Amino acid sequence: MLATTQGIGDAHPTTAGSDRPLLSLRGISKSFPGVKALSDVALDLYPGQVTALVGENGAGKSTIVKVLTGIYQPEEGEIVIDGKPVRFATAQDAGTAGVTAIHQETVLFDDLSVAENIFIGHAPRTRFGLIDRAAVIREAENLLERIGARIDPNVTLKELGIASKHLVAIARALSIDARIVIMDEPTASLSHKEIEETYELVEQLKAEGRAILFISHKFDEIFRIADRYTVFRDGQKVGDGKIDDISEQDLVTMMVGRSVDQVFPQRTSNPGNEVLKVVGYSHPTEFEDIGFSLREGEILGFYGLVGAGRSEFMQALFGVTKPSKGAVRIDDRIAVIRTPNEAIGHGIVYVPEDRGKQGAIKGLPIFQNVSLPSLGTTSKNGFIRLAEEFTLARDYTRRLDLRAAALDQDIGELSGGNQQKVVIAKWLATQPRVIILDEPTKGIDIGSKAAVHEFMAELAAQGLAVIMVSSEIPEILGMSDRVIVMREGRIAGEFEGDALTPEHLVRTAAGIEETKP
Amino acid sequence: MSLSPPHTQPPSPGPVEASGRSLPDRLKSPLSRFLGSWELLLLIVAAAVFVINSNASPYFLDPWNLSDATFNFTEKAMIAFAMALLIISGEIDLSVASIIALTSTAMGFAVQLGADTGMLIVIGLGVGLACGAFNGFLVTGFGLPSIVVTIGTMSLFRGLSYIVLGDKAYTGYPADFAFFGQGYVWWVITFEFVLFAVVALVFAVLLHRTSFGRAVTAIGNNPVGALFSGIQVARVKFTLFLLTGLMSGVAAICLTSRLGATRPSIAFGWELEVVTMVVLGGVSILGGSGSIPGVVIAAFVMGMVTFGFGLLNVPGIVMSIFIGLLLIAVIALPKIARQLLAGRRS
Amino acid sequence: MTASLFRSRETVLAAAILVLVLAIAVRFPAFVSPSNLAGVFNDTAPLIILALGQMAVILTRCIDLSVAANLALTGMIVAMLNMVMPELPIAAILLIAVSLGALMGLINGLLVWKFEIPPIVVTLGTMTIYRGLIFLISDGQWINAHEMSDAFKAFPRGIVLGLPVLSWIAIVVTGLFMVLIGRTSLGRAFFAVGGNPHAAVYTGIDVGRTQCAAFVLSGALAGLTGYLWVARYAVAYVDIAGGFELEVVAACVIGGISIAGGIGSVAGALLGALFLGIVKNALPVINISPFWQLAISGTAIIIAVAFNATSNRTKGRVILKKAEHAS
Repeated sequence: MLATTQGIGDAHPTTAGSDRPLLSLRGISKSFPGVKALSDVALDLYPGQVTALVGENGAGKSTIVKVLTGIYQPEEGEIVIDGKPVRFATAQDAGTAGVTAIHQETVLFDDLSVAENIFIGHAPRTRFGLIDRAAVIREAENLLERIGARIDPNVTLKELGIASKHLVAIARALSIDARIVIMDEPTASLSHKEIEETYELVEQLKAEGRAILFISHKFDEIFRIADRYTVFRDGQKVGDGKIDDISEQDLVTMMVGRSVDQVFPQRTSNPGNEVLKVVGYSHPTEFEDIGFSLREGEILGFYGLVGAGRSEFMQALFGVTKPSKGAVRIDDRIAVIRTPNEAIGHGIVYVPEDRGKQGAIKGLPIFQNVSLPSLGTTSKNGFIRLAEEFTLARDYTRRLDLRAAALDQDIGELSGGNQQKVVIAKWLATQPRVIILDEPTKGIDIGSKAAVHEFMAELAAQGLAVIMVSSEIPEILGMSDRVIVMREGRIAGEFEGDALTPEHLVRTAAGIEETKP
Repeated sequence: MSLSPPHTQPPSPGPVEASGRSLPDRLKSPLSRFLGSWELLLLIVAAAVFVINSNASPYFLDPWNLSDATFNFTEKAMIAFAMALLIISGEIDLSVASIIALTSTAMGFAVQLGADTGMLIVIGLGVGLACGAFNGFLVTGFGLPSIVVTIGTMSLFRGLSYIVLGDKAYTGYPADFAFFGQGYVWWVITFEFVLFAVVALVFAVLLHRTSFGRAVTAIGNNPVGALFSGIQVARVKFTLFLLTGLMSGVAAICLTSRLGATRPSIAFGWELEVVTMVVLGGVSILGGSGSIPGVVIAAFVMGMVTFGFGLLNVPGIVMSIFIGLLLIAVIALPKIARQLLAGRRS
Repeated sequence: MTASLFRSRETVLAAAILVLVLAIAVRFPAFVSPSNLAGVFNDTAPLIILALGQMAVILTRCIDLSVAANLALTGMIVAMLNMVMPELPIAAILLIAVSLGALMGLINGLLVWKFEIPPIVVTLGTMTIYRGLIFLISDGQWINAHEMSDAFKAFPRGIVLGLPVLSWIAIVVTGLFMVLIGRTSLGRAFFAVGGNPHAAVYTGIDVGRTQCAAFVLSGALAGLTGYLWVARYAVAYVDIAGGFELEVVAACVIGGISIAGGIGSVAGALLGALFLGIVKNALPVINISPFWQLAISGTAIIIAVAFNATSNRTKGRVILKKAEHAS
């Protein structure tokens, strides 16, 4: 057990410049029904180096992580460790080979203790082959201490915050002496201070000679801690190399596959009357004192880091959760919103971020998905009028240029982008005043993405008030008339016109003080 | 923010200009959908059981015997229709048989106080509804898992019956009360069978033709998504528990009338037969899909198997082996077939 | 490591049991005499053994409704074996009972694992099948005391160190479960699979195989109890332990084992079973008709599940810094 020995670093002397990869993926392909997730992908990880994996949502990053950790088995290609080909039939095999992943949403066990989480599957044993609880605690303490985490190994995992859970996952990686550590957006929901601590830890892992695959959307951190980069786009590798040899602009271009500003529809905004006014919206734990107004034909962007409370606020505005304070005015009249049903009644609709769970009703056909919130209009005295239901679905799916075989096809059979179109069609069919789109293009293909953007512009042009929550700077800049930045549950700033720059948004979202020249 | 405009009618983003192409309504014709359906498979099973039974025993095709045989399933099926909706919505009610016991006990108690048939009906339906409301309140009000809640109320409701009755029985029901479980409407057609048919029709329309039924299906497929689509999930689920309670009350009236007596062990074990009937009828135990016609055919299959085995002097418990095997087989077979197909393809 | 859980749930239940026993003792001191308490424990032993097996199954997000039928079928088979071969040693009988039970558990487990049929449907089906098989093999006949060998009947009733063997078996099984649940990878895998199946896959734990193992365990214990049951009551027939599966599930629920999986403890299952056992045995003592038992256990289940739900309620995301410090 490595846990007690201090010096993996001694065992693998670290020169950050080793040119022989510790792990290589060669020609990996993986497809799912209807989608080619990875095609002929290659990836090299070097000992003592951090390789940043860059790509848009849906580029195949999470699939490659699952291939590396034995969750998915690729149809073609091979995994080579130390020059020898290996096969990961199960997650166990990957672990034995020294590969471990630290996920964005930690996949650990909330109801088990910290020590158990670290050692589940490979706990130290007593002479009789039983789990040695004392040793589990002792070694967990050692590991946590080694990474500078002040966490009691006896507490239940669910009592910890996200940052601490990450530390537990890292301790687990050390406990199996993982030579290859995959970090999937480890800083996504961390505070500034916690992020710094994570970077230090990455340095430590590097110094110990481990190969690190670092997945991140934040370019500043990629350029700060990575030694190499690999870029994925649409399931293919489109480039790799040393980080010193590439500029941020080139990396973005490589990732997006086209220059950023031509992606978004040209639109001239011409806001009309005020539709929505939110005053002092607060929640005990999620957000506080949110207030803004929104006009017809306007696209208002909400930017912030993941976990800044944007979705939580939007869901309260839509009546899913209850605010503790605050008021909503629609057309200058007080609107009481306690359920989504009431929100829809007031003309506020919400296209959720979690499409699979909250948006699409998989198992129901397309036309029934579209008509679901409009059943009041497609039925009479509670009895459904099928012809009207089909008419409604046909009209709105046509507007969104939905690609499907027929209206009675199960929505679950469609691609992510087409599912999103159905969800948007469903809301337009209710003839709303305000449409909230929460990460509307997350995880959908480039083509659908452009279609969704154009459609948003068209809706605004028709006078609909649009709120768009997005974590993608280009999307926020490309689409919004005005942007509100949230940080730690509060509004941290509001920008429009010339003040609407990537710099301002990123700094405000991260809470970094403006450095005056 | 400074603008506070007069109220204007919003520009309607109605479906005026079409940008894409129109999709066809349906991919498959109604006939081809029927040919691939669970209901057809069940119909074939039902036909086979019918043929086997009529060959095995000369008494099977006697109209009076067949009429008698419908009692094997009519009461259970009436609960099964409501249970089907409940299971489609992703919940379950294991207390239905105990609701029968409590309802029957309440009616028996009322008889001792001199209640007439009209009163008995009111009590029967009322107690059923109250039990359903209690289950629904615990599940939707506190967000408790229905399987555990109804295992609890299953003990509680029947337990109350035992407290009231112990090892005794209530008898002495009014003569005209016998009609519900023993009366004939026309020739061999019993009142219960007519009631069964009417209830089947009502539930089929409710599930397949109303917006309430659509909400039930949506909730079963994705409760969170349904909530986000403006469906009042808790209210729909509460209504379903009420309906299941109500139908258990109806079944209690029929069964009590048919037996003419109430013991606390009345309808013991029925919850499992009802659930089996629903699952056999093609309702997914995980929620989200199912049809009332399927449950109707499943009811006939189970009733005819029971009746056929009875004619052959096969004890009821052997029949239950058959039903148990059928239950597992009908769910396992499609999966086995799919696995074999997938295996051959790769 | 489960110290904090223990404080909240098991202690509350233990306290409730203590209050119950004390309340009875005030009016009926005889109830708390050591010999009577030992009798209560012995009566509850089958429930304890089955509740432990059921706990393993429920921990993995499954449920086993076939335990009582499994018990009855195994009991009938060993009773018939004993009738045909009275000289068969008890050790062989025990081995056969455990193996038969495990086999029936394996059938459940395989149907859940390989065919992905929901556990409630599988065990609902096997419950009726196993129960029906008893009728087929026995032709509906009873096997009575005089048809069983003396050694067969005497085993569970034999007194060792002041307690019947049946009680000792419950104690030994509880002890083994403590080790299994707390100190082996399989035991921890039960929690992992039920607590977060997704994460279990990532940790290299096979969810289906673990669930199957839980069913085998539950089945083996049902088989063991099957022999002990028919031997103790010296009778075997189709309907023995009819409906007992619900009492077993009830013991688990009262013991704080979450039906959603991943949460529970050996102490909880033990206390849940003891609670039901004490209620059952106390009713005649305090002159309440035994007909109250069913309603009381039903109420206990509802209270227990409501209590567990409120203490397990997951908190929303804490984003505001001040709220983080406050909590």
